[in-house]
Amino acid sequence: MQAAFFGVIAFLSILSAILMVMNRNPVRSALFLVANFALLAVLYLTLAAQFIAAVEIIVYAGAIMVLFLFVLMLLSLGASHALRERGGLQPLVAIILGLIFLASLSAAGAIGTLGPGQATPQWVKNGGTVKAIGTALFDPRLPWLFPFEVTSILLLVAVVGAIVLAKRRV
Amino acid sequence: MSVAHSGSADARRSGQFVGVIFVFIVLLVIAAVIGHLTLPGLAPVWHFLGAHPILNALVKAVVYVSFIALLVLFLIWWERKFAGWLQARLGPKHVGPQGMLQTLADALKLITKEDITPAVADRPLFYLAPFVVFVPTVLTFMVLPLGPHWIAQDLNVALLYVIAISSMTATGIMAAGWGSNNKYSLLGGVRAVAQLLSYEVPMVMAVLSVVTFVGGLSMRHIIDYQAQNGWLILKWPLIPAFLIFLIAALAELNRTPFDLPEAESELVSGFHTEYSGMRFAFFFLAEFANNFFSAGFAVALFFGGYLGPILPGIVWFILKTFVLITLMMWIRWTVPRLRIDQMMGLCWKLLVPLSLVVFILAAAWASR
Amino acid sequence: MATELKNYNTASAQAQGIQIDPIDEQTMVINMGPQHPSTHGVLRVILELDGENIVNATCHIGYVHTGIEKEGEFQTYLKAVTITDRLDYVSASINNLAYTLSVEKLLGVAPPPRGQYLRVMLCELQRIASHLVWLGTHALDIGAMTVFFFAFREREKILDLFEMMSGVRMMPSWIVPGGLRGDAPEGYFERVKAFVDEFPYRIEEYETLIDQNPIWLERTQGIGILTPEECMALGVSGPTLRATGVPHDLRKAVPYCSYDQFRFEVPIGKYSDVYDRYRVRMAEMRQSREIIKQALENMPDGPFNVDDRKVMPPPREELDHSMESVIHHFKWWTEGIHPPVGEAYVPVESPKGELGFYLVSNGSNYPWRMHVRGPSFMNLQSLATMAKGRLIADVVAMIGSIDIVLGEIDR
Repeated sequence: MQAAFFGVIAFLSILSAILMVMNRNPVRSALFLVANFALLAVLYLTLAAQFIAAVEIIVYAGAIMVLFLFVLMLLSLGASHALRERGGLQPLVAIILGLIFLASLSAAGAIGTLGPGQATPQWVKNGGTVKAIGTALFDPRLPWLFPFEVTSILLLVAVVGAIVLAKRRV
Repeated sequence: MSVAHSGSADARRSGQFVGVIFVFIVLLVIAAVIGHLTLPGLAPVWHFLGAHPILNALVKAVVYVSFIALLVLFLIWWERKFAGWLQARLGPKHVGPQGMLQTLADALKLITKEDITPAVADRPLFYLAPFVVFVPTVLTFMVLPLGPHWIAQDLNVALLYVIAISSMTATGIMAAGWGSNNKYSLLGGVRAVAQLLSYEVPMVMAVLSVVTFVGGLSMRHIIDYQAQNGWLILKWPLIPAFLIFLIAALAELNRTPFDLPEAESELVSGFHTEYSGMRFAFFFLAEFANNFFSAGFAVALFFGGYLGPILPGIVWFILKTFVLITLMMWIRWTVPRLRIDQMMGLCWKLLVPLSLVVFILAAAWASR
Repeated sequence: MATELKNYNTASAQAQGIQIDPIDEQTMVINMGPQHPSTHGVLRVILELDGENIVNATCHIGYVHTGIEKEGEFQTYLKAVTITDRLDYVSASINNLAYTLSVEKLLGVAPPPRGQYLRVMLCELQRIASHLVWLGTHALDIGAMTVFFFAFREREKILDLFEMMSGVRMMPSWIVPGGLRGDAPEGYFERVKAFVDEFPYRIEEYETLIDQNPIWLERTQGIGILTPEECMALGVSGPTLRATGVPHDLRKAVPYCSYDQFRFEVPIGKYSDVYDRYRVRMAEMRQSREIIKQALENMPDGPFNVDDRKVMPPPREELDHSMESVIHHFKWWTEGIHPPVGEAYVPVESPKGELGFYLVSNGSNYPWRMHVRGPSFMNLQSLATMAKGRLIADVVAMIGSIDIVLGEIDR
């Protein structure tokens, strides 16, 4: 039953991803991406990673994609004209980058630290909770605290940069 | 307005007041009886459902959707009645006792109305949008602790779940605004999304302040904490957190003073301008259901949820929630509407910094 | 199932002969009205928006064109009174008065003091009623719905007073050339007194709802500013002009109808924004109440109509014993009045501003020409000046603040 469920969700998420790429209407494209994120969140849930699932929806489907849509709607203003950019280097670059991404994903899977037999149900259950992730991120004995703080500074810089750019234009 | 302008109007109004209070009490008694009876009596049923998860989910979904629909019928009636009192008029009076069936009559009218689709609408989006708005609303009810044993799914990330699911509403509103292919709808959709996204930040911070106190994300955990340590609203760093939550909730619900997305006098009806009949009813249903949920969520977070002496939990929960909803209605019928820049300014310049401060205070207080 | 609905855009606007010149593709043209909840009737404003900011606002009128001006030339002087009610339909008595004063100027008559005082009382009640409608709808536009119901509650009482006097609530037509259609009924002044005594508390009630409300202040202060010069250039009058600090009130400037015998102040504003217009109108309601109070206290006795059988018909008793009266009665009811050749224009201070009827008489019982100087029409011109660079929500507040009635614009 779990396998069937996974199959359905995986199929739907791949379908929505394909539709997202194939659709010529940018708004619909974005909405398919939202659907894709939601389905991915469901997949995370089946892996007992509730925190990741919630964050996936809050951050990607709820905030980032809505902002995307926001901009798209303001720009296209009702007239649903399709994206005109065709040809050029874009598809080629996209394919190459996609292959590189696939290769790195497979490499990561191959050299991952998770040995066989390690992913017991109990381990999975404890690994995905908010508490586990919080402890992992903020425990000074683990190596993740520094990168985490650096990332937040990076985000802060990005925010300040955005404001500076926006202000300069006004 | 054929209602007399004579002195008897006041007398009639006070008579009506007694009538409405009576209706309330009757409803609460019914709820109390149900709250007492269900559990021991229906234990075998629960047992059976527990063994069949899919059937269980289906039953729960049906029960909850009907519960929400009934609740909304009652809420709309109460809002009209309350607004009537505030505005020196009587409110619905003729259909059913104290006009209680007026909403039902309106719902029937909406069902029988023509379902108009603009010729230039983006049909799939236009048709889907009301349901995309309504479904997250129903989903959020799943974690609402209505009573000690009345919680559909006690997720251990309930708060995160609520935040995540309720943010999906924005997509539906946006689809409605864009799919209608009407400029008022589009502007309404754009306003709604800007508002929803912005006010989510202080709302989440307020909720997180509660989490730092309680140390858990599950609803039951929060209620249990309050059962031992008293209501969270009594812990002083959480008083501003509650106020921030209330303001942000008003904004998330698109209620005055934050009803810009459907500002009647500016954008006709905002994102649901082009909707009619049942599709419009779904937006309406979602709005009121969300209203109940937000109030109930606040009650669970800050006012002890279903905790209370003597009466069964669900009665306490509904009582507290209705007090909070009435407060929201009172605000709605008293204040004018903000302008878009003022609305954004209030959020980003006041509420977000304030909520960060409150969060830090709450964290410091909790880790003493 | 699907109903065909046309989308409105720049091209379709141009097809209708409306010139819209979008500055660039980023702007959106939006058609506000004629069917829109806050255009106070059927005003149509074409807004060019950049996001929510207004680049351009163009008003289009004529959707409720009634032909009242032309119709006035095909009605006898007496019958035309009833159509003047329909101009600014929320201040009917003052329209009656403006028309009547012009006719009386043509005739060269004026009613006795009691008639004058009754007129003043009616007109000031009407002014309060009109301002209450304005207050309610303006607050509704800004989003405060409750004020609307409170304001209409008091307006209802004023309409009851009109009904008691004339039998009609909104369109009394009680002020006619030569005086009034009838005296105040028994017990009328007591009821007016009761209203006048109660009203200050009611104004305070409205003010507690909105005056100190930070949202109201934010929404109205500094919005829709018009300089006195702009007002003069555009012909803006009434409270909108007075909010800029110009104490121009025709009741003081060219007193008519014995307004010079009343003590009242002309409230003026300072910052000439939407909020000042609100303050000015609230103060005017208080002043109108003062005037009504004085009219009640000093109400003269005696006749209230012109004692001229060519202008007003003889009383009923005379018809039984005077042949001359019967003839006068017959002539008055069939032919009406025959003002001498000439022209007249008497402006009055309507709740919206300067209202006047320009009448040309060729000696017959029909006016040869009737032209209405409607304040709403002039005031509406200021909208484009105010709206540029503001937000949509502000436009709604501005339309509310200049207090227009489309019946007077599309006459």
